Amino acid sequence: MLPEIGQFSLILSLFFALSLAFVPLIGYWTGNRLLLETARPLTFIMSFLVLVSFVILGWSFAVDDFSVLYVSQNSNSQLPIWYKLSALWGGHEGSLLLWVLILVGWCSAVALKIKTLPKDIGPIVLSILGMVSLGFLAFLLFTSSPFVRLLPNAPADGGDLNPLLQDIGLIVHPPLLYMGYVGFSVAFAFAVAALITGSLNSSWARWARPWTAASWAFLTLGITLGSWWAYYELGWGGWWFWDPVENASFMPWLAGTALLHSLAVTEKRGVFKSWTVLLAIFTFSLSLLGTFLVRSGVLTSVHSFAADPTRGVFILTLLLILVGGSLLLYAVRAAQVRSSVSFGVTGREAWLLLNNILLTVLTLTVLLGTLYPLIFDALDLGKISVGAPYFNTVFTPIALLLIVFMAVGPLSKWHNTKPSVFLWPCLVSAVLSILISGVITFIYEFNLIAWLSLSVALWVVCLSFGDWFIKVSAGTKGIIPRARQLPRNYYGMLLAHLGIVVTLVGIVLVSLNSSESLLRLSPGDQASVAGYEFRFDALEQVKGPNYVADKGHFTAYKNGLPVAELHPEKRLFTTRQQVMTEAALDAGFTRDLYISLGEKLDGSAWGVRIYVKSFVRWIWLGGLMMMAGGLLAALDKRYKRRVNDHA
Amino acid sequence: MRKFLLFVPLVIFLILGTFFYLQLGKDTQYMPSALIGKNVPSFKMVSLKTDQVLTQDDLPKQPYLINFWGTWCPACHIEHPFLVELAEQGVTLVGVDYKDEKSLAEQWLAQKGNPYTMILMDELGRFGVDLGVTGAPETFVVNASGQIVYRHQGPINADNWSEIKGYLQ
Repeated sequence: MLPEIGQFSLILSLFFALSLAFVPLIGYWTGNRLLLETARPLTFIMSFLVLVSFVILGWSFAVDDFSVLYVSQNSNSQLPIWYKLSALWGGHEGSLLLWVLILVGWCSAVALKIKTLPKDIGPIVLSILGMVSLGFLAFLLFTSSPFVRLLPNAPADGGDLNPLLQDIGLIVHPPLLYMGYVGFSVAFAFAVAALITGSLNSSWARWARPWTAASWAFLTLGITLGSWWAYYELGWGGWWFWDPVENASFMPWLAGTALLHSLAVTEKRGVFKSWTVLLAIFTFSLSLLGTFLVRSGVLTSVHSFAADPTRGVFILTLLLILVGGSLLLYAVRAAQVRSSVSFGVTGREAWLLLNNILLTVLTLTVLLGTLYPLIFDALDLGKISVGAPYFNTVFTPIALLLIVFMAVGPLSKWHNTKPSVFLWPCLVSAVLSILISGVITFIYEFNLIAWLSLSVALWVVCLSFGDWFIKVSAGTKGIIPRARQLPRNYYGMLLAHLGIVVTLVGIVLVSLNSSESLLRLSPGDQASVAGYEFRFDALEQVKGPNYVADKGHFTAYKNGLPVAELHPEKRLFTTRQQVMTEAALDAGFTRDLYISLGEKLDGSAWGVRIYVKSFVRWIWLGGLMMMAGGLLAALDKRYKRRVNDHA
Repeated sequence: MRKFLLFVPLVIFLILGTFFYLQLGKDTQYMPSALIGKNVPSFKMVSLKTDQVLTQDDLPKQPYLINFWGTWCPACHIEHPFLVELAEQGVTLVGVDYKDEKSLAEQWLAQKGNPYTMILMDELGRFGVDLGVTGAPETFVVNASGQIVYRHQGPINADNWSEIKGYLQ
């Protein structure tokens, strides 16, 4: 009975989404206040109904209701409860339901904050979000309902979740990623609402900024977690593979980063108005494109766990309506926008323009690399695949250039900046960073690229703190009161920029200063890798909830002292008869020790892979800092004011 | 002019959409290798027979085939007798036991015969990733100078062997 209620609730929410998509808009065009006001209650009811069906599906997983096809395909009775619940988004139908749940969650959040918007903009924003919800609810109901039943012959037990997905990283990774992806729908809705109402002044940018910053923070965290998960779970110690699915989440991130910056210019100076609107559409389109690519099977990928070409047509149609429609609206309406404000080549506008150009180029680079095989194939030019070498060669120099400018931009002033403002900080930072990184490079015998990258990293650190110091030491109030007066926005930016640097340092050092060896070890043997002694103490058989495993006991010593105990496992999942390698990690601030059990050789010997990875944590630490920066910016006090106080 | 420019994003999107539409439902699995004309990627893997760690320097010096297989793979069962036949004709085969277990692999070879001059254990499938393998069986033709010249997905049989053989000169 319950799953039917879930299905019914989903159908009802579709109708509420339909109403939300059109009623407030009709109200706007006919000038009917009452119809316009329906947006808020409609949003809440629609969201509540989706939540109900989500909870019911979760319940079906929790109580092992295998009469539900989706549950029987993705869960079984031996799974621990938290994996049962996260199995909800282990397959296509459930992850789509999660997508929709998060989408309506954002809708409700906008509805709750509607008082911060002018009277007729808020309902229209909700209405646009209603259209997006309508599209995805229809996709869910018509092509991939998670509530399909297997009655009367319900199976006794389910098929099990893909063992790769049975992991804490994957419990939290998709929801966070979707929070980011879907969150960009809010900026999109603001942009489209601005196009519809013709109020393309700078105020829409102010409303969209906190939402964009928040979604960007979630997406950053989602990507960071995904990278961390791939690193320790996939068992070969890499952290980014330029896989289509990864690119699908990275492109909205790059475009979203550009959007974050161009929104700032549009808000403060009223320039790039038309471009910012386009960028908001572009960012959300890339999120939709990501969903399409992952779900339709158009591209092959190592981690498309749920792909189905028949659903592709539906998503493509949806994409055509949402993206095509908004681009058409843009083409028709954006001509009215004119940026009358001019700015000088040294002004902050110019620096942010540079930021936008470089970020857009980066996004297009990734987009091209991801779609190139597909376009090549569609034109019958043959089959090709684009791999990491393309991305590394094209992406790295542009990204480094961007980071160099990233440090200078914040020093500049709006409109025009006197050259003397840049001169001293840049000169001092350049000398300091080249010298210090030169010394480091010399001591550790790194190569030229490392020197360059470390210089860039230090350059950003010097200039960021320099800028902060200049700002707090100006005036007479004393450093601490001045520091507290700087807006959260500013600290958010500082933190995010430093996060980029921390990630950069991690990437450079992990790629240059890591060692890796494949050894043949029996219990009692010792091996030495990169200054660490590894002792294979013992091997035992263990039994998990739904697998049996060989578990190795290793101790790592440095200079004769034990520093870590590691327990890699080789698991055999009984339901699927699938073998999985569970690597053991000892995480550290400056290095990770990583052991994975390979194949059992003759007698008691095992093939063992041991990696020592320098500074690999920094990659994700930087991601966390960026996320924190994004959240800090989203929570800036300025955004909380109500419209009437302001206008 | 400016009005016209504003339609550019829409047009680009529609062109992309057409490509997506054309691509829907196509077999995206088939893919010739990006590694054609390149050397076999470097590796360090354990030999199934001798338990020694082998590297790319241990590969044969004459033209040979790299064949990915696994005991878990039904198509490999079909392919195996033909490989044994090829080995009898003097074709050099390097086997990569892909995402498999050693004991099962040994059993398989004992029952069905061993056509391979060397077998590498790729238990995590990492070498498979380096070569862009999408599944087993999959076979690469390598020439005398160590370059990959052809990639074949799916089992080798009498029908497609004549084509593959052409690359093996």
